[in-house]
Amino acid sequence: MYIVIIGGGRVGYYLARALLNEGHEILIVEKNAHYCDILNEEMGSVCVQGDGCEAATLAEVGTSRANMLVAVTGDDEDNLVSCQVAKHKFNVPRTIARIRNPQNEALFKELGVDVTVSATNIILEAIEKEVPTHPLTHLLMRSDKGVELVEVRITSDAKTIGKTLKDISLPRGTRLALVIPRDRRPRVPAPATVLREGDQIIAMTSPDLEEELRTALTGI
Amino acid sequence: MKIVIMGCGRVGAQLATLLDEDGHKVTVLDIDAYGFRKLPPTFGGTALLGNGIDAEALKKAGIEEADIFVAMTQGDNRNVMAAQMAQHIFKVPRVICRIYDPLRQELYATLGLETFSPTTIFAQMVREKIES
Repeated sequence: MYIVIIGGGRVGYYLARALLNEGHEILIVEKNAHYCDILNEEMGSVCVQGDGCEAATLAEVGTSRANMLVAVTGDDEDNLVSCQVAKHKFNVPRTIARIRNPQNEALFKELGVDVTVSATNIILEAIEKEVPTHPLTHLLMRSDKGVELVEVRITSDAKTIGKTLKDISLPRGTRLALVIPRDRRPRVPAPATVLREGDQIIAMTSPDLEEELRTALTGI
Repeated sequence: MKIVIMGCGRVGAQLATLLDEDGHKVTVLDIDAYGFRKLPPTFGGTALLGNGIDAEALKKAGIEEADIFVAMTQGDNRNVMAAQMAQHIFKVPRVICRIYDPLRQELYATLGLETFSPTTIFAQMVREKIES
């Protein structure tokens, strides 16, 4: 595959090395001449100095025949524009943008960026999984559709232990999919289901309702 | 009308002042408070410190009730991103975006943004002055 990488910083550097090892043809576009020299010295002619948001630069590096463009500069707005120019001017089939602000995920998707990668979100997900007392874990996020699957844990300090589900009023638009008790088989939630310590509840909700859902299920 | 201007440079500050004098409800947003010095003491609008490509900052600036959003920072990409947020997320009825780079301006115009390029406009103006 021919892959154009925008941004020759650390992320761009290691990405380029990994992709070259896998046998892909790559080209990096980097503004800073000094970074370009370092990259070219180490990996051969892989870097062109220029602005990866400018159509002229992208034309020069043959973006119209690229299978993919990956924008990994440190600025979300630059990554967005690179991807949009690639998509709309050069018809690149796949565009990937690195984002710093996780909130930009939905916007970028709506504006035609195929994939976004947010280090902030990846670290957050890791923390949620690593910290056993964390009451809410994201299992699947489709922010372009406004839905997500989350897991809520009934921790020992939950005020809802012993309550039945019919006593709990969930935020509108939220559905409980599964209750996984600590020592019994998972079951589909029913109005008479009693919440116990250690229960894991899988629910479908939306990003703006997840706090409300957590409060409803745990009372904290 | 309620107008949010992102970027309080020379043009942004001047525009905010003029629109304020015309009786509009103006909020001007900038990441650096230094730019607000350009606003006259008589300025009756709001000057707000914040990053215009952050949804929270835009909400604080009242973008949800705004009739017009104008992107006027030095950065083309910042303008393009903020303008698209205003148009696609906040559904602001009218969004105006400054883009210095004429090629980028053309592209975003075809993508449905109301854009203008000072580069093109000034070059034409000066040419007319010379040739007239």
